[in-house]
Amino acid sequence: MVRVDGSSDAQSLIRVRGLNKTYSRGGEKIQVLQGLNLDVDKGDFVAFMGPSGSGKTTLLNLLGGLDVPSAGSITVAGDEITHMSGSKLTQWRARHVGFIFQMYNLIPVLTAYQNVELPLLLTKLSGSDRRKHVETALAVVGLADRMHHYPRQLSGGQEQRVTIARAIVSDPTFLLCDEPTGDLDRKSADEIMALIEELVGKYGKTVLMVTHDPLVAARAHTTLHLDKGVLVEGKASSRESVLAGGAA
Amino acid sequence: MKFRKLILANLFRKKIRLILTVGSFTVALFLFTFLAVVRGAFSRGTELAGADRLVVINRIGLINSMPIAYGDRIRQIPGVKFATHNNWFGGVYQDEKNFFPQFVIDPENQRQVMTEMRVPDDQWKTFVGDRQGAIAGRGLAKRFGWKVGDRIPLQNALYGPTKTWEFNLDGIYTNDKEGGDESQFWLQWDYFYENVPDVIKGQVGWWVLKLDSPDDAVRVGKAIDEKFANSSYETKTETESAFAAGFAKQLGNIQLLITTIGSVVFFTLLLVTGNTMAISIRERTSELAVLKAIGFSDRFVLFFVLAESLVIALIGGLLGLGLAILAIPAVGANLNGLMPPLLLSPILLGLGLAFALFVGVVSGLLPGIAAMRLRVVNALRRV
Repeated sequence: MVRVDGSSDAQSLIRVRGLNKTYSRGGEKIQVLQGLNLDVDKGDFVAFMGPSGSGKTTLLNLLGGLDVPSAGSITVAGDEITHMSGSKLTQWRARHVGFIFQMYNLIPVLTAYQNVELPLLLTKLSGSDRRKHVETALAVVGLADRMHHYPRQLSGGQEQRVTIARAIVSDPTFLLCDEPTGDLDRKSADEIMALIEELVGKYGKTVLMVTHDPLVAARAHTTLHLDKGVLVEGKASSRESVLAGGAA
Repeated sequence: MKFRKLILANLFRKKIRLILTVGSFTVALFLFTFLAVVRGAFSRGTELAGADRLVVINRIGLINSMPIAYGDRIRQIPGVKFATHNNWFGGVYQDEKNFFPQFVIDPENQRQVMTEMRVPDDQWKTFVGDRQGAIAGRGLAKRFGWKVGDRIPLQNALYGPTKTWEFNLDGIYTNDKEGGDESQFWLQWDYFYENVPDVIKGQVGWWVLKLDSPDDAVRVGKAIDEKFANSSYETKTETESAFAAGFAKQLGNIQLLITTIGSVVFFTLLLVTGNTMAISIRERTSELAVLKAIGFSDRFVLFFVLAESLVIALIGGLLGLGLAILAIPAVGANLNGLMPPLLLSPILLGLGLAFALFVGVVSGLLPGIAAMRLRVVNALRRV
């Protein structure tokens, strides 16, 4: 269950209260997020939509501990991350967050296997344990037979699958997806969304996703709109109704 | 080490750049080692000089001589144990390119003063009894393939009209000191005396003294110079190391020259490698940001950059040192005695490697710190 009014008493997996983010640009202060509240439970799949510059990526960065808010708090699985030091936050990210980027951001000189193995290098797992985890993650995304391919030898959709495998290999608390299909054709985008749905439905993952694409957003359980720095719960819209709207 | 793959993969991503950077390290290390060897060759005379030996020369300069009669007066000064005299002979063996130092020696005192240069007793005995006798250093004999009993002709134009002096090689000397000179050729004072023009007869080039104690050096040197002050042949007495240093300086300030070239090499290498690392890091900004996003700490990122730069330094350094090991003996063999022997010691090799690693760390430090300070959000926005 996703709520944006800050009224929830329940212990949500992700709990955001009074989140503010202000940037200074050329002496001018720009308030991107204004007292934002959010509660996300385990297993939720949330899509954030909004026009460019509405603060979607900023929100994702704050939730992923990549940026610090100007005010407010973010609590994930009982840990408040807003006051963590830089090094603590780095450790926290390694344990709790899986990132999926629009441009895949794979290391081009490493194979798919080696890219997926990266987060595990920070753990104390043995070489054979790491191998088991990596092979499992690559099997989940359907790339077990491409593990020794370099990114340049894979299609865009396959590269994004490797990114997803890298995001899930350490079994993080939640996944953050920034325009995961933004660089893909419709067919590949559908496949990636099917995979993310499978991660939520079959493996119980919590996913927070930023997208411009209503078709992609329609695959989420909840779509939230960012408007003038505040989250507004969108109407529940099925993929079919979005498609019908688009056709009309 | 589990990060090995990541470091090596990044290192080999631009192979031509890697080859060029490693190549610049190789050349720089070779140059560094070669310069250090040359510097060592020129300063070795100073390092190996006997602490208890003094050299007396004509105050005007080394090419001016002194009367042989000074010998007895020098020996009377308390603290002087032995005194031997030398002259520069300056002959040519077959070709002018075949340079080697030739000294007219005093057979009575040479071995008492130059104790580290050893000649077997039987060979020395033959030499002393042979007016045309000669002793060659082991290195010199090896260079020309001489053996005891050979007849050595030297052409000389320094003492009267050009003529050929014939010598019998009666012995080979060795030097007890590691890296000590084994390139000299000694000939008999009596043979020299008989064959030079009258104006030169009885004139010696310099004296070498053995003291009772090194502590006497200052007092004895002062006493000698005072004894011959205001005479036709005033003297300048100095320790053997000061004499060797002064002799080396006649070729110019070698130390300064080599230090200057070495510094230029160091800073050029630093800039080349630093620039390469900076470009390499800039190209990978988004990758570094992703590493940080997925949990690699700032220190890890710094470690990666330094590790890459150190591996480049290590490979380039080892190649440069390997080149030096192969090339320096070959260069030395072709110098034809124009320079002291070029010796590449294990200590110098160690220093070379340390130099390479130092440059590796320093050149990787600034790009590494920049990578460490990279803000993930900003870096990802640049993609």
